[in-house]
Amino acid sequence: MEDRTIIEVDGLVHRYGDFLAVDHISFGVREGEIFSFLGPNGAGKSTAINVLTTLLPIQEGRVVVAGHDVSKNPAKVRESIGIVFQEVTLDRDMTCREILEFHGRLYSMPREERRRRIDELLELVALDHKRDTLTRHLSGGMKRRLEIARGLMTRPRVLFLDEPTIGLDPQTRLKMWDYIKEVNEEGTTIFLTTHYMDEADRLSDRVSIIDHGKIITTGRSYELKNMLGEDIVYLETSDNSATRALLEDLESVTRVSEKDQGLVAVVNSDGTRLLPHIMETLGKHGITLETVNLKKPSMDDVFVHFTGKELRDGGAERPVTTAARAGRR
Amino acid sequence: MAGPGFLTIYWRDMLRFVRFKTVLVSSLVQPALWLAFFGIAMAANFDRLAGSVPTIPGVPVVSYLTYMAAGVIAMTTLFTSLFGGIVLLFDKNWGLMREIMASPLPRNHVIFGIALSGMTKSFIQAGIIMVFGIFIGAEFFLGYSAGQTFVSLLGILLFLGIFSLGFLFLSAAISISLESPEGLQGIITLLTMPIFFASNALYPVNAFPPLLQIISGINPLTHLVNGIRFFAIGDDFQSIGIHYTATTGEIAISLCVLAIFAAIMFALAYWRFQKAVVT
Repeated sequence: MEDRTIIEVDGLVHRYGDFLAVDHISFGVREGEIFSFLGPNGAGKSTAINVLTTLLPIQEGRVVVAGHDVSKNPAKVRESIGIVFQEVTLDRDMTCREILEFHGRLYSMPREERRRRIDELLELVALDHKRDTLTRHLSGGMKRRLEIARGLMTRPRVLFLDEPTIGLDPQTRLKMWDYIKEVNEEGTTIFLTTHYMDEADRLSDRVSIIDHGKIITTGRSYELKNMLGEDIVYLETSDNSATRALLEDLESVTRVSEKDQGLVAVVNSDGTRLLPHIMETLGKHGITLETVNLKKPSMDDVFVHFTGKELRDGGAERPVTTAARAGRR
Repeated sequence: MAGPGFLTIYWRDMLRFVRFKTVLVSSLVQPALWLAFFGIAMAANFDRLAGSVPTIPGVPVVSYLTYMAAGVIAMTTLFTSLFGGIVLLFDKNWGLMREIMASPLPRNHVIFGIALSGMTKSFIQAGIIMVFGIFIGAEFFLGYSAGQTFVSLLGILLFLGIFSLGFLFLSAAISISLESPEGLQGIITLLTMPIFFASNALYPVNAFPPLLQIISGINPLTHLVNGIRFFAIGDDFQSIGIHYTATTGEIAISLCVLAIFAAIMFALAYWRFQKAVVT
């Protein structure tokens, strides 16, 4: 099982007219893992997922999903995957059972298997008590769970989730993550897109950061964080430019960047030990330290590091104005 | 058993049709109301006027109500069929179309499934109008034996079926190509006016100006009405002072026109569905 590639993408390009939505991306997803595309709205995540799931034609590049070439054998690809779309795609006037029944019939599942699978899945996503309820009466989280159940109906080898927790409250999101993990533990490979750092961080085995249609970097989330150094020190002082020069002279400081009010220093040694030394140095030069903050890098910092901007809902193009803070949510 | 794919689409559309009692009842009552109010009011006028026209001796006289009941069946089928594809548009914007497009179901099964459910709805409506029409005095199947009535009913269903398929394919083609239900509404209104009024559904076309007569001659609705009258009333009758005759050959030509129309509309729908991208 280990290291078997289930999704293989090579040089994928997708344009809408002149606009380059997906710009020569290549990556691989291993069988059994949870793989995330992390990026702001409009980064090209949904376009990529639409090409991978055969909803958009391939313009350039090669995509193999579950052993089938997407451009040559889309029908086989469709049989091996499940999809949960970004927007709700349920018929408000059908019941939970009917939604799943319809899906099973679309994929020509035999009647007995359909029945068994519907029972199993409604139980898995804790909707068995809503079996005969019209989907118009479900809450946002329930709708999402029903859609995940639908995506799993045909026991796909890969489940695609496009922004699976968008618009859900924090508690429901946590539960959704549990369901997704459970599904993954049962053997389904998961490919998800998200613009939530914590989602990519906590849920996925590996993350690709994507922006402006390009993959900027790929790795396990701790690997990505380690690439930044060990700790991040945030300082506000009476003289930031002088402080910057002093910090850059320190051997264990790998990078210093300026924010509105203060400075962010990435350090490659234990920050708690370095901090007293920094304070002492500043004192010697008569610089007053106003604020200090020390933290381990988060996915937010990783994102800022690689793209030069913060990732916020709908605000991807905003330059970094304040220091990335931990525990954003 | 899973059955052929288009039955899945059919099942789901019929599920919605019977689920909402107000939609169901109104769609069934509406054509009957047309017949009851417009039909009886117009019949009173036309029959009075026709009274001043000398009747042709030896040709059975048919009341206006009987004459226009065939037209109301045709009209209802036209409207129901043209709106039959609208569920695809709603699915595309808010519903199941992406799921369907991402599934292994061949796209022409979507067209067939929707067409089949639309046809079923038309049959149900036509049945209700016929029963109600006969109840309020339309003289359908007058003097027919049980066997003749049965054959005539089959003939009417054949004409209705092919006609409704044609317009359902058209409706599906438009729906899959458009973005908004308002657009569909507009196009359907534009289509129904000439189709409905440049036809022989409610009045004879003999007095039309030449151009309108040509339009009426190629209008599928005219050919459907010809077929229904042939089977429900007969091949030789007079109404509102005009003598109607139809030979089997003429009726066969009408059927062919409808079949060709349906085939062209299917090709159109097929093409639009192959091109459709839903994301």
